[in-house]
Amino acid sequence: MKTTFLDFEQPIAELEGKIEELRFVQEDSAVDISEEIARLQKKSASLTKDIYSKLTSWQISQVARHPQRPYTLDYLQAIFTDFEELHGDRAYADDPAIVSGIARFNGRSVMVIGHQKGRDTKEKIYRNFGMPRPEGYRKALRMMKLAEKFAMPVLTFIDTPGAYPGIGAEERGQSEAIARNLFEMSKLRVPVICSVIGEGGSGGALAIGIGDVVQMLQYSTYSVISPEGCASILWKSADKASEAAETLGITTPRLKALGLIDKVVNEPLGGAHRNHDAMMLAMKKILQDSLRELQDKSPDDLLKTRYQRLMNYGKFKETAS
Amino acid sequence: MSWFQKLLPPKIQRKDSNGAKKAMPEGLWSKCPTCVAVLYHADLEKNLEVCPKCGHHHRINARSRLDVLLDPEGRHEIGEEVKPVDTLKFKDSKRYADRLVEARTGSGESDALVVMQGSVKSVPLVVAAFEFKFMGGSMGSVVGERFVRGINTCLEHKLPFVCISASGGARMQEGLLSLMQMAKTSAALTKLADARLPFISVLTDPTMGGVSASFAMLGDVIIAEPGALIGFAGPRVIEQTVRETLPDGFQRAEFLLEHGAIDMIVDRREMRDRLANLLTQMLGLPAAV
Repeated sequence: MKTTFLDFEQPIAELEGKIEELRFVQEDSAVDISEEIARLQKKSASLTKDIYSKLTSWQISQVARHPQRPYTLDYLQAIFTDFEELHGDRAYADDPAIVSGIARFNGRSVMVIGHQKGRDTKEKIYRNFGMPRPEGYRKALRMMKLAEKFAMPVLTFIDTPGAYPGIGAEERGQSEAIARNLFEMSKLRVPVICSVIGEGGSGGALAIGIGDVVQMLQYSTYSVISPEGCASILWKSADKASEAAETLGITTPRLKALGLIDKVVNEPLGGAHRNHDAMMLAMKKILQDSLRELQDKSPDDLLKTRYQRLMNYGKFKETAS
Repeated sequence: MSWFQKLLPPKIQRKDSNGAKKAMPEGLWSKCPTCVAVLYHADLEKNLEVCPKCGHHHRINARSRLDVLLDPEGRHEIGEEVKPVDTLKFKDSKRYADRLVEARTGSGESDALVVMQGSVKSVPLVVAAFEFKFMGGSMGSVVGERFVRGINTCLEHKLPFVCISASGGARMQEGLLSLMQMAKTSAALTKLADARLPFISVLTDPTMGGVSASFAMLGDVIIAEPGALIGFAGPRVIEQTVRETLPDGFQRAEFLLEHGAIDMIVDRREMRDRLANLLTQMLGLPAAV
């Protein structure tokens, strides 16, 4: 797979281009230039490291939306076995923007629920760019209830620009579908682990995002509104997205400092899209750890701690009035 | 003096020689946006900000709302000590800290939710009301915390909870903290449900975004005021996304009733009686008088 380079990665792209050319030359050349190639590869790696060590918030949101970033089904394929996809909300439709089903994780049965984006144009449209409609959230809720019934931990993968703003979605109660999930997830009697793997887009993300552990990949984002949306409302210009991204505080270090997320999963050098295998391993490890931390807790303990965490969200001061 | 004024009999001529217009006090009259009737303010106020000609429900501030809803005696405010802070040092064209000061002077409130313990026709309860004039009634950390404290009072004294929403949604200036208030408020409602205490959600114009997609849609009974705009995404966002003209009355209270999203539409002037009727029956009490 040829890597797609983002704007700020152009220096890396040039270097990688040079390496490709040299490789091509080497094949029918008498001189050995493998040393030169190795030198350039080293340089490329250090350049990547350099660029990625000082990404701005806006650049990170580009990485979070990278077209080659692993999606829910990639994780499902790589670190789960015996996956049975379950479809539909039993009321209106099946929403392909959310995938869900039963699978084994290290042999243990779990319920997996995640947003799913598409790779090519056709699939992107089929998956509605990962923007669920109410039936998607209601399917997710049905799966959670199923998990509760059969005592399976719930693992959710969050990667959505947001809930779909459409006429039909409003007619079928987008608000109610999201609200109901928030209500039910805060009292679901099984462990719930939420992983933000790409874009954590507002209410559409939160609707499968309440659990006992909320973990985020290093270059994923989680925000109340997209930087573009915020810029066009507050600055009246979508060009200010970069400033909006900075001030909204959508990146892992800032969210961790605010106490809104529990864990950050480091990504491979240059982001998850550069090395899917390494990302899968890291994800598997963190899921194992999080599951282990929760597995011995009674449902009552889980709910008590979960509730306390939710009640602690917020920053305000108290004054004598 | 113009030729016209010279023609007028002295009795109705302007007394002030410099011809300056006599200042009319501002805000005495307003125009109803629906039926374009010109309304005298005192009349409108007496009618709970509902147009006497066509029934259009004007926005009403949180305290007036609570004032007409609650019995005059035994009121007690909850969570007023909780005040906003600018944690993110948020700055767009204006600093959030400055917006907070402006909102406070403009609305007379310290944040967008006022919570009051009291009674409606002698039924004791807690009522939370949104102040739309405070940054569009947006929900940040203070709104979430006051909401939860209201519910905690209900749990402690076994009281029903009523929330009257009027909000554009989550408060961007608090970033993800504001989104998490959706989780916090919805979770608190699970405790109310466990205690079998009624929660009635009243949706007024407008109830959108993060407020609509959390506690506002979780009422045991959901009531809307006539004509209120209620929805998840704003009409402009939807129009831009689907590139279609939206149907007439889209996202209005009547549209939601038709689609089964709410229980009923109640005129503001009847709200007190209807709430008391619902609550007494849900709580197994004799009819309110």
